[in-house]
Amino acid sequence: MSIKIDDIQKLEEKANAIREDIIKMLLEAGSGHSAGPLGMADIFTALYFNILNHDPKNPDWEERDRLILSNGHICPVRYATMAHAGYFPISELKTLRKLGSRLQGHPHRIALPGMETTSGPLGSGLSQSSGLALAGRINKAKWRVICLMSDGEQEEGNTWEAAMLAGKYKLHNLTALIDRNNIQIDGHTEDVMPLENLKAKYEAFNWHVLEIDGHNFEEIIAAFNQAKAIYEKPTIIIAHTIPGKGVSFMENKYEWHGKPPNKEEAKKALEQLRTLQGKIRSEHE
Amino acid sequence: MVNKSVYLNKKLFDPDIELVPTRNGFGEGLVLAAEADENVVGLCADLTESTRMQSFAEKFPDRFIEVGVAEQNLVTVGAGMALGGKIPFTSSYATFSPGRNWEQIRTTICYNDVPVKIIGSHAGVSVGPDGATHQALEDIAITRALPNMVVVSPSDWIEAKKATQAIARLNKPCYLRLSREKVPVITTEQTPFEIGKAEIFYEGKDATVIATGQMVFRALQAAEELKSHKISVRVINCHTIKPLDKDTILNAAEETGAIVTAEEHQVTGGLGGAVAEVLSQNYPVPLKIIGIEDRFGESGEPNELLEKFGLTKEAIIKAVTAVLRMKGK
Repeated sequence: MSIKIDDIQKLEEKANAIREDIIKMLLEAGSGHSAGPLGMADIFTALYFNILNHDPKNPDWEERDRLILSNGHICPVRYATMAHAGYFPISELKTLRKLGSRLQGHPHRIALPGMETTSGPLGSGLSQSSGLALAGRINKAKWRVICLMSDGEQEEGNTWEAAMLAGKYKLHNLTALIDRNNIQIDGHTEDVMPLENLKAKYEAFNWHVLEIDGHNFEEIIAAFNQAKAIYEKPTIIIAHTIPGKGVSFMENKYEWHGKPPNKEEAKKALEQLRTLQGKIRSEHE
Repeated sequence: MVNKSVYLNKKLFDPDIELVPTRNGFGEGLVLAAEADENVVGLCADLTESTRMQSFAEKFPDRFIEVGVAEQNLVTVGAGMALGGKIPFTSSYATFSPGRNWEQIRTTICYNDVPVKIIGSHAGVSVGPDGATHQALEDIAITRALPNMVVVSPSDWIEAKKATQAIARLNKPCYLRLSREKVPVITTEQTPFEIGKAEIFYEGKDATVIATGQMVFRALQAAEELKSHKISVRVINCHTIKPLDKDTILNAAEETGAIVTAEEHQVTGGLGGAVAEVLSQNYPVPLKIIGIEDRFGESGEPNELLEKFGLTKEAIIKAVTAVLRMKGK
């Protein structure tokens, strides 16, 4: 089963609502990452409301697609999207990072049904996804594995160990996606540690590579659909995104990688999200 | 004297006792575990023959994954397969796994609480000529510090075979510590084996030696020799270091009043440390810890190295004498 929204405008509205919740939950938490979650809101919306085969009321459903989030630090976007999809009440989002919360600072599989795995330390998601894909293949399962990674974690050796293995075993039931937002904690990726040419690198590791605009729903959905049709090798989608997307003073600023907005900044951010950066009038005005 | 109820090898103290590496027991045990449960899968990092995964790989080619020289990938792919319902056995040398990939084991296996089995062969200085880089002496410390992890260190190949089957049935992360070298066959198929249950292999009342791995044999030799000097030593085979069998250890402390531990591992953080944690907080008695004294191993023949590093019957006898003195006897 799956929740299926085909109307692009509705998906955009959903993503915007998720961005608002990300700002609110980060403000409430007082710590956490802003840029990555905002940048990935469109991709998460597309996954949970169009692409994934899943059942929010039955998170352990055997036939579900497995979504592995490798860069666990962007979990606010996954939590917010899961809440909107019906995994748990939206009101629970304000418990993020609080004592006793299921919404741990970095995702904990056992704490929250539907989380699929625990993550945070970078570079191990593609390996776990490959292991899941191997298990699925042995079981002749129909479900697919989707692995979301950051661009920064392409600096981890473990990532390339997994890239080699997935290429070797031609894991076509695995689709990976890199959030190519060009920032990491210490600065721009190409200054910290040049990653390019990512496309050529993955092609050399025997992957099918697609490049898309990570804020264009048609492109996001088409890329995941195309990946399903590739039977010779695993597919990786390099999704170009704008970190901090939707909030002008956060966009493309690596300084917003690892910090939350303060009260004033959150107010401004919510205003911008409600008016699509001034393009429309807010109902809240 | 030898505890009759554990059915040890009748040739225990014969000079021609059979010698077999514990890794062989893993190899046979894995095939048995795989026959018993179709979810058992094997992953190896380019050491398939050496870690004795070869028979499994030949018998179950569709359930065998060769990851190449990539130990971080070895355990994280294992974690993924476990998330997919498999029981992955991942094998390498202990210095590399759980050595090199410790954080991946911590996060993706232990915190995730998935039943991946870390098989670390070539533990201890008895690895021999390969030298310090390949002699794991810290693996017990780094695995037993991990929540959810079970740590097993068998004393011979028969026990390793039983341990392999037992951890396959246990729905927890497990570390199995194996030796490269041939070691004496102490036990028999009839010897009881249960994860978390230490066994008294030799009865005694004056002091207790708690040993693990191949040091169990040396402890038995020491006890047999001390018997002729009218010193009665209990020997406990502590094959499971975590969860530790506290009852058996505390009973030994109460009944014999002096303890020696023996392991082919750093004194810091190993079996001795685990026993000290239990004794000091519950029933403090004189304790000596035999192990590697904060240094690396080196190249040499296994027996030369065991002697040089003080992992001998003589060292155990000396330590027993010392704890008896401390006890005031």
